[in-house]
Amino acid sequence: MLSRSLYLKILSAVVVFGAWEIAGRIPVSYAFPTFLESMAALGRMAFDGTLYTAYVETLKPLVVGVSISAFIGIGLGLWIGLSRAFDWLFSPIFIVMQAAPLAALIPLLVMAYGIGLTSKVFVVCIMAMPVIVLNTAGAVRNTPVSLKEMGRSFLGSKSDIILKIIIPSASPVIFSGLRLGISAGFIGAILAELKITPTGVGDIITYSRSIADYPSMYAAIFSIILLAILFLNLLERVEVYLFEGNVRGYASD
Amino acid sequence: MVMPQIKEVAGQAGESPVDNAVVARGVSKTYGTVEALRNLSLEFPRGQLTSLLGPSGCGKTTLLKIIAGLLEPTSGEIEVNGKPVKGPGPDRAFVFQDFALMPWASVIRNVAFGLELRGVAKSEREAIAEKYIREVGLSGFEKAYPHELSGGMRQRVGLARALSVDADVLLMDEPFSAVDEQTRRKFQEDLLRLVENESKTFIFVTHSIEEAVYVSDQIAILLPRPSRVSEIIRPGGFRQKGADAIRRDPEYLDIVDRIWASLRSYVD
Amino acid sequence: MTVFGYRLPAMSSLILWGILWEIVGRSGLTFFIPPLSDVFSTLISVIGTKPFLKALSETAYAFSMGVLASILIGIPVGILMGKNRLLDELLLPWVNMFLSAPLTALVPVLMVLFGFGMKSIIITTTLFAIWIIILNARAGVMQINRSLVEMARCYGATPLVAFYKIYFWAALPEILAGVRIGVIRAVKGVIIGQLLISIVGFGALFELYANNFLMAHFWAVLLVLFALAFTVSEILAYLERRVSYYAASR
Repeated sequence: MLSRSLYLKILSAVVVFGAWEIAGRIPVSYAFPTFLESMAALGRMAFDGTLYTAYVETLKPLVVGVSISAFIGIGLGLWIGLSRAFDWLFSPIFIVMQAAPLAALIPLLVMAYGIGLTSKVFVVCIMAMPVIVLNTAGAVRNTPVSLKEMGRSFLGSKSDIILKIIIPSASPVIFSGLRLGISAGFIGAILAELKITPTGVGDIITYSRSIADYPSMYAAIFSIILLAILFLNLLERVEVYLFEGNVRGYASD
Repeated sequence: MVMPQIKEVAGQAGESPVDNAVVARGVSKTYGTVEALRNLSLEFPRGQLTSLLGPSGCGKTTLLKIIAGLLEPTSGEIEVNGKPVKGPGPDRAFVFQDFALMPWASVIRNVAFGLELRGVAKSEREAIAEKYIREVGLSGFEKAYPHELSGGMRQRVGLARALSVDADVLLMDEPFSAVDEQTRRKFQEDLLRLVENESKTFIFVTHSIEEAVYVSDQIAILLPRPSRVSEIIRPGGFRQKGADAIRRDPEYLDIVDRIWASLRSYVD
Repeated sequence: MTVFGYRLPAMSSLILWGILWEIVGRSGLTFFIPPLSDVFSTLISVIGTKPFLKALSETAYAFSMGVLASILIGIPVGILMGKNRLLDELLLPWVNMFLSAPLTALVPVLMVLFGFGMKSIIITTTLFAIWIIILNARAGVMQINRSLVEMARCYGATPLVAFYKIYFWAALPEILAGVRIGVIRAVKGVIIGQLLISIVGFGALFELYANNFLMAHFWAVLLVLFALAFTVSEILAYLERRVSYYAASR
């Protein structure tokens, strides 16, 4: 027994992939392989280990960059949220960073740090950091006033209130900031591989384009998008599991 | 205890030999240019329930938070048990309008939180919390989380938390305004029993005239802009008649009418 | 923040950072950070030049076409999804997917399909902006107060009248919020597109400056870009506040 929503999800996937297949068979462009060809290429690369080695390479800057961003970003965000002086000093930088197309910094990063791992880690960091900082700071600032007053009226010390009230209350928003940061980090990691030096998945994409092996190119792109989506979905489930009911529970009803 | 039915506050201060748990002396509070409270003085007799009643914007919550030590008065002072208030203290416990429960914590941790902040050991504070959870009628919900409870049950948790720190004075900020009418009536009856059984002083903010007359030993009517005490009413005779009879008592109805008459011109 | 009772304006700390930049630049600590004053004087000399104006107009063109396309497609699709459950269930998984997918990976596909030119950049911009616009328009329609719709029906509004007198206005705050976020994403999309297809607009300009080590030029263009992006997002936020005054009281 399939539920209606799952049934419709499968139907919509069939429609989209079917359209891809048909468009590839017409073909709409010499550079547009069919769905089945692409999947065959994906299967081939998955079995001969190309994909595996590529992902080890691609995920390195992503993991390092996101870890650095999370560590520094959450710390800085907490500080900004708690201190007015820090808010004044640092918020504008991150607000501008959030709105600005930071990708434009890449040529400069390459000049300063070369074409190696450092530059790529930097790209991931500048993409992922602003949203993590701003979410953390906003969540800390928006701790319900009555919860903080509750802490004070029951004689909580300043550190009690921060550790037992403000941080737990902010953690759902901090976590979703982290998720958005990882999503931006994926964009940065792939951008770095396409723009700086083709390594990992970026290498498969660039190389197969240059030899006009379009099925492999589409397969590589398909796989990285799929990986990002699956991972972000997993994080979202973890989020729901961890913080279920956390946003509710006030006097809203 | 037989009291004159209605007394005006003017010419009355200092006359009665009542033991006051809380005294407000000349309290003023201004926010920038807005005057929320002006030179307000009020006494809260020990072991009784005093309501602060008035239209919205009359500063009753401000006064309550000043008594709690959450806000500082611009001038004037509050004394609790003869000692001036300098901030929140163990002699007062607060019940919040929006409950202020921590959604990430179970009922028992929420109830024990006041004791947790005082450094009481886990087993000890949970034993105390369990006792009060039972007292407010939430046995069996110790492991539940706030979002699994109805509004009324959430406020019972807030009440149990305030009771478990065993403060002399309970400050209640419109505690029943976010629960439905039936639950509210039940709460009011329970509150009467609580005042009788616990030897605590209750300060109760409400905007419901009926609620104030029903639960209070003393009602302070506050008028807005800037806030001052316009009169103090002490409902007398019907308090001993039992929870069920109060709402039909002619004196109860008279007082409700009288308060409405003096407040109606302030309703916009 | 207040200092000696005087309230400092919100973004005033940027001046402090600017001074710090100037000091670091003057100290000659690193070749990559020229003094801010040099950057500004370069900025003034660069801003009227032909390559700069060309890059600016190309970018503005790609950006506005991309935003226009994502608004014109995104809002109707979002409203339809909000009103039709079947359509919603068919499309929502894809919209959610593309919202968080690393869209940079799709740029190579656009390059081989649509060529190394303006068309690919416009499509990249659209792909960055459209999903959040769809999602917000949908959310706007879905949160419309039922009694408002019932009121319109009671007073005899036809579906069409109800659509443009009730649905559109009731969903407007959310729609505008979506457009604002979409536009911010479009700015990033247009730059990423130009970086990867680096023969037009600022992408070409950055390449030129970077290859010739013209640091002050590079920073000058970057500052213009950041300032423009920030201004656009602030203007939209302002408009949103002006129009959404009733958002909280619906």
